[in-house]
Amino acid sequence: MMIKRCLSFVAAAAFSLHATAWQPSGKVECIAPSDPGGGWDFTCRSAGNVLRDLGLVDGSVQTVNMAGAGGGVAYAHTVSKRAEDDKLIVAASTATTTRLAQKQFPGLDADMVTWIGALGADYGVIAVGKDSRYENLNQLLDAVKKNPKSVKFAGGSARGGWDHLKVLIAAKAAGADQLPAIPYLSYNNGGEAMTQVVGGQVDAFTGDISEVTGFLSSGDLRVLAVLADERLPGDFADIPTAKEQGIDAVGPNWRGFYMPKGASSESKEYWRDAINTLYASDQWKKVMKANGLIPFHPPAGEFNAFVKQQVQDIEDLSREIGLLK
Amino acid sequence: METLGFLMEGFAVALTPYNLMFALFGAFAGTLIGCLPGLGPANGVAILIPLAFALGLPPETAMILLTSVYAGAMYGGRISSILLNIPGDEPAMMTCLDGYPMAQKGRAADALAISAIASFSGGLIGTIGLIMLAPVLAKFALSFGPAEYFALFLLAFATLGGITGKNPMKTVIAATLGIMISTVGIDISTGTQRYTFGVLELYEGIDFILAIVGLFAISELLFFVESRIGGGRKKMNVGKLTLTFKELVSTIPTQLRGGILGFISGVLPGAGASLGSFISYTLEKQVLGKKGNFGEGDIRGVVAPEAGNNGASSGALVPMLTLGVPGSGTTAVLLAMLISLNITPGPLMFTQNADIVWGVIAALLIGNVLLLVLNIPLIGFFVRLLSVPPMYLLPIVTMVAFVGIYSISNSTFDLYFMVAFGAAGYFLRKLEIPVVPIILGLLLGPEMEKNLGHALVLSDGDWSVLWASTLAKSFWLVAGLSLVLPYVVGPLLRRRMNAAMKESPTSD
Repeated sequence: MMIKRCLSFVAAAAFSLHATAWQPSGKVECIAPSDPGGGWDFTCRSAGNVLRDLGLVDGSVQTVNMAGAGGGVAYAHTVSKRAEDDKLIVAASTATTTRLAQKQFPGLDADMVTWIGALGADYGVIAVGKDSRYENLNQLLDAVKKNPKSVKFAGGSARGGWDHLKVLIAAKAAGADQLPAIPYLSYNNGGEAMTQVVGGQVDAFTGDISEVTGFLSSGDLRVLAVLADERLPGDFADIPTAKEQGIDAVGPNWRGFYMPKGASSESKEYWRDAINTLYASDQWKKVMKANGLIPFHPPAGEFNAFVKQQVQDIEDLSREIGLLK
Repeated sequence: METLGFLMEGFAVALTPYNLMFALFGAFAGTLIGCLPGLGPANGVAILIPLAFALGLPPETAMILLTSVYAGAMYGGRISSILLNIPGDEPAMMTCLDGYPMAQKGRAADALAISAIASFSGGLIGTIGLIMLAPVLAKFALSFGPAEYFALFLLAFATLGGITGKNPMKTVIAATLGIMISTVGIDISTGTQRYTFGVLELYEGIDFILAIVGLFAISELLFFVESRIGGGRKKMNVGKLTLTFKELVSTIPTQLRGGILGFISGVLPGAGASLGSFISYTLEKQVLGKKGNFGEGDIRGVVAPEAGNNGASSGALVPMLTLGVPGSGTTAVLLAMLISLNITPGPLMFTQNADIVWGVIAALLIGNVLLLVLNIPLIGFFVRLLSVPPMYLLPIVTMVAFVGIYSISNSTFDLYFMVAFGAAGYFLRKLEIPVVPIILGLLLGPEMEKNLGHALVLSDGDWSVLWASTLAKSFWLVAGLSLVLPYVVGPLLRRRMNAAMKESPTSD
């Protein structure tokens, strides 16, 4: 037993010679702040597999599900109980920054962890049913400008959540003033909201591109705009961006990780590099393609700043619509 | 017929030895998971997802495994309802009402056998419905707007008095408690937190699994402890299988009604299996009225909810496969699995991924047969499970419930909460306040609230929208009738029944 352990230690040491100075040994944990099956769970499990395949961790990455408060329980756990853990990464997304911005994690803010990197994004879309009278985003938002109550939106997040904010971002960019008056119906998930739009009960759908692929290819849903800087690759290339239509609205729902702020700077350096290597790998490109993730990867040094900016923007917007006092 | 050809291809996929093996494993594992309190079909499927990934299963095999687990869990849920008065999952709750009294009368084996058969026919009806009607029903589900959903849930609450109703007031109190509990957490219509007191764990509301395990399992344990102090509970007589063919035949109408009703409620997104078993039971009670002795171990009180919840589990696959919208918690997990298998759920799945869709449907049919074959001989096994003295069995069940709950959430807070529910359940049951309506309030309350809010937003505050459409009107009508009829027709019927009973005292 002792010999075996020594040998594996030697092997591991030899293997890591070419890598950076610090490398995680033993158990690495990835907290998915949701029940099994959700988006964060997917982030942990698929990133964990690729990290292991690439030899970036010597064992496997153990996914720990810690649901509660839309990620708040895991956030509080990381800040308070795991503040100096070098071998812990936590899955996060725009939903996390939204809640941080709206002070929904009491006493916690975005500065209390280190944001290490993003691994792709799901871009926001605004869509209508196939029989809708709105042909493009401008027509839709002109109607909103004329009478904020004239277009009803449905989405899969709570009021004030990311799906709702995307409508407000677009409406604001188009110059609409009475933002709080725009009706938004929240459903348990994007699918439920979409059915209501396809069935003609609600006027427009707000969600992410990955949610609409089914109804898009069947022709039941017309996507008026994707909230991205440039047109999306592949099958989505036909969908115009909001920017093309003269409305400067961008809404990436990124997927990525944060880690405890008190972890050693070597480990932070290591994980930033690991996320970079992971993102550049062919395996990850396959995962992204298979799951409808769109390239999104701010350089390692800028990710922290990106998150802070996003939190600030959402905070301003939430204040404007009266969600924050 | 085109459909038949597709189905044959589906069978060709599902009947390969490799896939059959996983279907069998899934059916067995599902039954076990289903009968453990706290672990329902949604968790069962979620737990096995990592396994499907770890084994690197091809998409159709993975889906066959998971749908078998799903069907198995729906079967298994009834076992602990009947034997212990603790539902294995939330749709099995209604089975407690008559299943446990049957077991207390020494007819546990019969209850298990008839419920397996009812599950089978419910599942069969649901799957046939799925095959024949999937595309049509998908369109029907689209015509449900917020107002129609509101009326549907109103109907569910209006018939609530029928389920446990010795004292309708206590049922109302219980349902109100459930609705009150359901308001804890974020209100998705306004984005504000209600009754969370800054406690993070309350932000997403109270998980109904905790409520179920607490109210049923923990309170049962407390009752047991109390009865031990007072000299012990008398050992339950398990009984031999005495189910006659005649009795079986007499439940066939119930099976058909339950299966069809369950299927319909499964098709509606968000309604799901709980509503299926609930509506089947209440309807059966309304239809048979005082002809049966519901609540005291009527065999049809076991058949109806079981046919209903298994019909609903197939029905819930309709919106998932045709619209990409889950009809229940479990199908939501299945949907996540499909997405991670790179299959886009939605209207085109039937054409683009025909092999998977029809493979899954064929697997459901095969799974149902497997489950019936597995379950009938295993009755002996489950009955022996009951023969384990409660002083060993109940603590084990409690331990499994604790481990199960903890393994899902990794949260000790949930465990405290569960114990609190247990203590509350003990006192409520002492006061003879039924606990089933609490869970129903907890499950259906938020949906009803949400749809009321949505309907009013869409109509700019005009309340008349709630009964504007024909569909909504008919729900209101049925709801009104089921509130009034028991009081008007009930006494009348009872008098006639009593007269009839005197002539032929053979009823059950």
